[in-house]
Amino acid sequence: MSEEKRKPTPEEKAAAAAVARAKAKAAKEAREAQANAAESDTGEPNGEGRADAPQAEPPIEKRKPTPEEKAAAAAAAMAKAKAAKEAREAANGTTSDADPDAKAKAAAAAKAKAAAAAAAKAKAAREANAGETSDAGMDEDAKAKAAAAAKAKAAAAAKAKAAAAIKSNTGASSVEPTAEEAPPSKNQPYLDRYVQILTERFGKESIEDSYINRLSKEVPTLLIKNEHWHGIAQFLKEEPALQFDYLSNLHGVDYEDRMEVYYHFYSYEHHHSLAVKVKTTRENASVSSVTDIWAGADWNERETFDLLGIDFPGHPNLVRIMMPDEWIGHPLRKDYEPFDEGV
Amino acid sequence: MGIDLQSIEHELQEELNRNVLFTSLETLKGWVRSNSLWPLTFGLACCGIEMMGTGGAHYDLDRFGVIFRPSPRQSDVMIVAGTVTKKMAPLLRRLYDQMPEPKWVIAMGSCATAGGPYIKSYSVVKGVDQICPVDVYIPGCPPSPVALIYGINKLQEKIRYESKTGKRVDLQ
Amino acid sequence: MPTPFSTGIRTEEMVLNIGPQHPSTHGVFRLVVKIDGETIKEAVPVMGYLHRGTEKLAENLTYTQIIPYTDRIDYLSSMTNNYVLCHAVETLMGLSIPEKAEFLRVIVMEMNRIASHLVWWGTYLLDIGAIGPFLYAFRDRETIINLFNELSGARLTYNYMRIGGVKWDAPPGWIEKAKEFVQYLKSELPNYHVLVSGNEIFQSRITGIGTYSRQDALDHSLSGVMLRCTGENWDIRKNEPYSIYDRFEFDVPVATEGDCLSRYHLRLQEIEQSIRILEQALDQFPEEGEVMGKVPKVIRPPVGEVYVRIEAPRGELGVYIASQGKDKPWRFKLRRPSFVNLQILPKLLEGVNMSNMVAILGSIDIVVGEVDA
Repeated sequence: MSEEKRKPTPEEKAAAAAVARAKAKAAKEAREAQANAAESDTGEPNGEGRADAPQAEPPIEKRKPTPEEKAAAAAAAMAKAKAAKEAREAANGTTSDADPDAKAKAAAAAKAKAAAAAAAKAKAAREANAGETSDAGMDEDAKAKAAAAAKAKAAAAAKAKAAAAIKSNTGASSVEPTAEEAPPSKNQPYLDRYVQILTERFGKESIEDSYINRLSKEVPTLLIKNEHWHGIAQFLKEEPALQFDYLSNLHGVDYEDRMEVYYHFYSYEHHHSLAVKVKTTRENASVSSVTDIWAGADWNERETFDLLGIDFPGHPNLVRIMMPDEWIGHPLRKDYEPFDEGV
Repeated sequence: MGIDLQSIEHELQEELNRNVLFTSLETLKGWVRSNSLWPLTFGLACCGIEMMGTGGAHYDLDRFGVIFRPSPRQSDVMIVAGTVTKKMAPLLRRLYDQMPEPKWVIAMGSCATAGGPYIKSYSVVKGVDQICPVDVYIPGCPPSPVALIYGINKLQEKIRYESKTGKRVDLQ
Repeated sequence: MPTPFSTGIRTEEMVLNIGPQHPSTHGVFRLVVKIDGETIKEAVPVMGYLHRGTEKLAENLTYTQIIPYTDRIDYLSSMTNNYVLCHAVETLMGLSIPEKAEFLRVIVMEMNRIASHLVWWGTYLLDIGAIGPFLYAFRDRETIINLFNELSGARLTYNYMRIGGVKWDAPPGWIEKAKEFVQYLKSELPNYHVLVSGNEIFQSRITGIGTYSRQDALDHSLSGVMLRCTGENWDIRKNEPYSIYDRFEFDVPVATEGDCLSRYHLRLQEIEQSIRILEQALDQFPEEGEVMGKVPKVIRPPVGEVYVRIEAPRGELGVYIASQGKDKPWRFKLRRPSFVNLQILPKLLEGVNMSNMVAILGSIDIVVGEVDA
């Protein structure tokens, strides 16, 4: 098309600008990923905050920045640049009012190519790594990191592509949905296994929600329905695959429309943690007591009852513990009015 | 047989000046009480650790005659060191009542003086003087052992002063 | 001479109140015991005499303003309390800490661990009846306190750490003084053992009492020395390392008997291990560097919740923060080790002679500010 050779149309200008921006962002992310790899290993100050790679707790052996990992990050960046270039070429190849489907297809093809290239590079890196270390977690981390970087950049490219497509074709709606930006967490397999074991035993409706709490050191979190809680708690302690024998924390939280009780378990046999939340209403706050399963829950439940007013049926001695016995009201509630105002 | 003080020799008069004091009984009692204050061990919170540190070897309190007694029946002064909560307040009053007269109270730290950093809390008494009359307030969070010794010295001065003028207690 | 009564002497159970004001209860802690003669039949702890409402106050304070309140929860180891709050907010926000700040944090936390164990040692022996070790412990603690005074301006409640680093750098000459102190304490610690640990009366007094099994410990959520004395090798500094503890070499003392004597020895061995960490940290201390990372002016963590736990001298200290995206927390909860460790006390005191009660209570190492919060 001679038109395009002579003068780039505004749409293509926008598309090229968007692609260039995405490329710059990807390059910055690659640098950040590299810097993060260096920082988490040598501890140098890096005030740039989180990158996309998961902030995993380092295993006991130190992780050294292997050249393979750095090469994987660089390769991912290269793959991203290649994908962007291909996407641009694809955009240039079509007319200005081309259907978004073709654009989306081209973008998808480029992304798949980039992902495949990154995966291949990462696999090579992993195999090289496997010769060096024997820690499976580390390989997963490296792989996850490389996959994360590639995916993130591809996602950024796809996003930029979609934005450019929307700008150039008003009314275009069938743009490719953005892929999920966050990589799978290293605790995802644990969470999946817990959910699978629990649904096998108790059915799907006992678990309301399950997710990885990324902000809290990636602890698997389950939201269990109140009716099934006691049975599930017993199962969590006794089932050999789970064996959560240590209750670290038990407390209540007062959200203004509901109350939640938060439990944090740890297993000394299998060395994994679990966080559980049980919801209840504010008017009849009542969660089944787990004192008969973990004796350490005793005073924690008393304190939660005292300060928040959540009842724990099944508790042997649910009386006030912190406040004097004749105190009126539950102080930690959000709508607490002190009855002795002025003292 | 009378002693005629005008007609004794000069050396004997100097000797008398050095070795005989004329004072009132109240002043003597004040001097004696101030130099052997026995506090009740009433460390409630962080200030209690500083009180223990003051009793330690570095900032020795024993040189002032201060010996910590565990029972209120045997103590002169109650050093309220730490936050007084509403649950603890009736017990504090009961301990104060169990102490025999003459007794004094030192409020050590800002929690005992006026509630301290916990003044907005629902369960803290805003100052121990809502419960019993206080003689000396020592600010600080926690006050350094030096500050506690200064406060105890101030109480000793107050005891000696009040022994001459009469102690005024405003029980509420 | 046999008793003149044909049926023997009639005894009755008595309810005795070991009241909140007591020289040996380590603060305002009340224990109501039902005794028959001198044997305890049942013991019910009553607490709450120092409940100051920190968790409710924290809902109206910004995160930096909560730091002084955390000092006063476990006032014998304020640095670890400061650290756990800063660590929780930093985990929630994903901040990274400069290296010099991390070194300073580890150094002050370990020195605070030594100070806290020294206070425990002195007061435990004071409860058992020895007055001398209390003076020795406080003498050595004064050196640590003076070092902290130079560093942070306060003797007991330091308010030293901030979110993103620490507030003040070590003044010139501080590191050398700290090194001198570490060498001094290393040579002084055997004297403590000579003074007390070999004493026959002491050993016969606390051997074999307050015993429990590893399963009991896990059921009752014990942590710290209370768990390690049963044989479980678990120290959060080693197993789930935080800060830069994974760079230092130290052992975790573990015992298997589960009685008061093993807890006593474990705590003294922990002082030795802390000295080891301090030597390494003071040697590797970086002279250059920032002490505060890049932190936004107003600390607004993202919406979410976080629960972190660290190894405080008394056990596992944890902080839970639920944030709604504002600069004040929605819910701030402290998992206090003394509170949780104390739950095993009624079980340990059943059938025990009254005179052992003080020894058992002392070996749990509670701080009432932490029990109540």
